[in-house]
Amino acid sequence: MHSLSFDFAHMLAGGLVLTSFMMLYQDRLSALINALALQALLLGAAVAWQAAIQAAPHLIITALLAIGFKAIAIPMALRRIIRSLGIHREIETMGGTGLTMLAGIFLVALALQVVLPATAGSDAMAREDIALALCVVLLGLLMMVTRRNAASQVIGFMSLENGIVLAATGARGMPLVVEISVAFSVLIAFIVVGIFLFRIRERFDTVDVQALDRFRGERR
Amino acid sequence: MPASAMLQAVLVIPLAAAAILALIPSYRWSAGLTMLASALTLFAASWLVFDRPILDHPGLDHPAPGSLLFVDDLNIVFLVLGAFVGFTSSLFSAGYIAHELRIGRLVARDVRFYHAMLQLMTFGMNLALAANNIGLMWAALELATLATVLMVGLYRTRAAIEAAWKYLILGSVGIALALFGTILVYLAAGDVLGAGGDAMAWTTLLAAAPRFDPHLLTLAFVFLLIGYGTKIGLVPMHAWLPDAHAEGPTPVSAVLSGLLLNVALYALLRFKMILAANPAAIAPGPLMQILGLLSVLFAAFMLYRRRDIKRLFAYSSIEHMGIMVFAFGLAGPLANFAGLLQMVFHSLTKSAIFFTVGHIAQVKGSQRLADIGGLTVTHPLLGWSLVAGVAAIAGLPPFGIFMSEFLLLGATIDRAPILAGVLGLGLLVAFGALLMRLHSLAFGAPRGPAGPITASIVPLAAHLLLMLAAGIWLPPPLVAWLQHVARMLG
Repeated sequence: MHSLSFDFAHMLAGGLVLTSFMMLYQDRLSALINALALQALLLGAAVAWQAAIQAAPHLIITALLAIGFKAIAIPMALRRIIRSLGIHREIETMGGTGLTMLAGIFLVALALQVVLPATAGSDAMAREDIALALCVVLLGLLMMVTRRNAASQVIGFMSLENGIVLAATGARGMPLVVEISVAFSVLIAFIVVGIFLFRIRERFDTVDVQALDRFRGERR
Repeated sequence: MPASAMLQAVLVIPLAAAAILALIPSYRWSAGLTMLASALTLFAASWLVFDRPILDHPGLDHPAPGSLLFVDDLNIVFLVLGAFVGFTSSLFSAGYIAHELRIGRLVARDVRFYHAMLQLMTFGMNLALAANNIGLMWAALELATLATVLMVGLYRTRAAIEAAWKYLILGSVGIALALFGTILVYLAAGDVLGAGGDAMAWTTLLAAAPRFDPHLLTLAFVFLLIGYGTKIGLVPMHAWLPDAHAEGPTPVSAVLSGLLLNVALYALLRFKMILAANPAAIAPGPLMQILGLLSVLFAAFMLYRRRDIKRLFAYSSIEHMGIMVFAFGLAGPLANFAGLLQMVFHSLTKSAIFFTVGHIAQVKGSQRLADIGGLTVTHPLLGWSLVAGVAAIAGLPPFGIFMSEFLLLGATIDRAPILAGVLGLGLLVAFGALLMRLHSLAFGAPRGPAGPITASIVPLAAHLLLMLAAGIWLPPPLVAWLQHVARMLG
């Protein structure tokens, strides 16, 4: 099973995990967006490779969507948004980078430990793909909980979603993959437009209790 | 075949109505069309009860090719209940929105948007319920969620935008995790059924479930429970629910509690049936019982600290969804039956309460509990409706919820006495909180403005009378039907 096609798929999926780690320690929004674009590019390559080895030409649509929409259009839109919100130079405060990275390593170990024994019956390609995809999903979740800024939370969500698209394309012959990736792109476009329209700079769970009471309409 | 035409009608009517409503600027026409579309959907859904398309047979290995839609004994309950609450909500919505337009809280453009979204959401929910494909169901639920996000943010106040944003982000994460679980189920099924549509169809999944890889199924269920559990509003993934209920227009709150939570519950139930059919995979019951009881207890205690009337009833929804998830987690014919009854009664009662609360908040010009008081004196009709609704939701005897909660407690005492104690505590605490609030809302010295109301009482009365009738006498065919579904759920 360890053919060239397997190794190449493995490398691209591993590259996604690596870019997830890159995102974890970026404290500047513009650098974070670059890392996201890189990840989307890798996702596009990984999906295109799956399309080739599974002989599933419809997956090319998903690959093109990943590259055109998520690697080019969304990063451009995000750059414009953070500039217009005046947060493009901002340095984000987050918990210690070392601690976040350690948590990330722990999550990767957890994902491999959970998935590899569970999928012992399936073929090697699918199980490695699912394991690495789960790593990307968990790292995306980790990023969402460690960030304060709405834009970087959304970037965390998009990275999470990259992991899911990777899992969906790795599952051989899954119907509706293209439709699902389109549906996800709509969701993301929605969220990005949402930041812009609503001018959301920070996520709302602040430690300031007064602000909380005001937002929840439960002021005394 | 007329029956399959009716199945398509349940989907086509709301979708077509959404498209037309997006083009109609006049409020009067669009409110009328919304009511008409909801009535037609209700008619089509009710037709399906008696005349169902036979798309495939449970004994058959292969369903008719390309049948992405199906109706069976389980989802028809959800479809009819949803269509009914959708119809009465559209009646309520007409009066509510007219008032919002009059006081200038909404403009015509918002209302046009709102009506189109309401029908789009109905389409998404019906598609999720009728889908015979786990991927299609997922996409439909996402569509319904997005439509509700837009409606929650309709008022564009700071609080409404916060609520919509929180709902969007939490809902997106939940739905993403649910998709991951869906992919894992497909992988488990693909090893047995082969790649392709069969490995995603409910009809084939359930029959083949005993042969699936149990580890993969276990892993999948964890993701599905967290993912769809977020949409059900289970603690600790509930944070979006009170905000979304409180800040959106009240008809949306009624539809959220009465319909959308049920659809997410339906998705979880289907996957639970697959898990339960595979004895080597993790037992789904205990996980659901834990999350259910946690939701009941947490929501019951949170009820005491509410200061906003819509938030109060949103927490009560969390409590009731917890009861249902606990009941279905306990499983067995009696607990499932109680869970189904609870679901039907909760949908009817909670939407009736939100209809009342909508009118109350419009009269008082405020949603704060402190601004509302003595309703039975100033507005007897609204006041006594609220009394009836809260008595029903708290589980007082003449109403249906008393019966379902009683049945559930009985089943729990039989099977797990310790859990029955916890459940009983949660129910009592919630009961106390609701009655305490009701006392200051409905009785005591009148507070706040006491202007006249232009409430349409029909939807409210219909729900409350149904609840009362159901508490006193349930028609035997309905009982037999629900018992049959309860056995199906295992």
